[in-house]
Amino acid sequence: MESVPYLIAVIAVMTGATFLTRVLPFVLLYKVADHPLLTFLGRFLPPALMVLLVICSFKNEEILSVGFVPELLGLVAVLVLHLLMRNALLSILGGTGCYMLIVQSGVFA
Amino acid sequence: MSVSLNHTVFKATLPVLFGYVPLGMAFGVLFSDLGYHWLFATAMGVFIFAGAAQFLAVGLLANQAGLLEIFITTFLLNSRHLFYGISLISRMKAKGWRRFYLIFGLTDETFSLLTSTHAPEGVDETEYQLRVTLFNQGYWVLGCTLGAWLGGQISFSTAGIEFVLPALFMVLAIEQYRHLRHAAPFVMAIVIGLAVLLLISRDQMLLISILISISVLLLYKGGERWNPYRTLSQ
Repeated sequence: MESVPYLIAVIAVMTGATFLTRVLPFVLLYKVADHPLLTFLGRFLPPALMVLLVICSFKNEEILSVGFVPELLGLVAVLVLHLLMRNALLSILGGTGCYMLIVQSGVFA
Repeated sequence: MSVSLNHTVFKATLPVLFGYVPLGMAFGVLFSDLGYHWLFATAMGVFIFAGAAQFLAVGLLANQAGLLEIFITTFLLNSRHLFYGISLISRMKAKGWRRFYLIFGLTDETFSLLTSTHAPEGVDETEYQLRVTLFNQGYWVLGCTLGAWLGGQISFSTAGIEFVLPALFMVLAIEQYRHLRHAAPFVMAIVIGLAVLLLISRDQMLLISILISISVLLLYKGGERWNPYRTLSQ
């Protein structure tokens, strides 16, 4: 059964653990923030992370099967829209719209 | 100026709104099955502010998991955040409570926006970063609250809306390429991400891929430093 003190303790513990993962690098690396290695990572790591976040969004899909075609088409739509129009919102909503149409039509289901 | 800054930030974060509200609502609906007051879902959005961790919390609460176990699981689940700080540390100029809040609110999506977009002309970078974080958290708290409040009464007819988040990351990746003009980190991440996903681990895909990517980048940088031809050319 639900117990409010337990829930509050869980929220506090999860808040602490989550904050810790976010604050640790700032605390540990504060003194060496200008180190060339960190500047290098600051420049080249975010692009890699962005790509990894795209791939990670589909980690529960079978990316080598026909079932993944709608996602691929959606991503292509985002890419093409963005290269043509360079309007972030349009690319994202347009790509999502394409994806939703394909999924709801059930063509690749 | 303030009105137009809010307008700029709203436009930049709108994809996150479309991502966070449905996702937060999905969490809220699951949470409402546990039988707690809906305000606790709001509190979780306010204090924890981490999507994956809050979904995990529903399972842990249902199983009455121990607090130490919860601490360790949450820390490991969110350990990817450790690398967001490494990328942002030289760029974050805020001090005091502003710095505290920016670090507290460093989700995947906030990190992505902060590293890919910049304050409009004439606006303080810290002020822009704060608004982006605040808007994003607002969407998340709204979603969590609505989901838990409405509970099982709603059924999602928005199949496919979850695609906004990968679409957002995709657009931000393209924007990063426009600034960087180097294909190498992108190719590297595609190869590593797909290889890890297909060959090593589904669940731990992101963390393992980040660790390998950092190792490759550091090895590259190290190799450059010890390259004898470089000293010759100097």
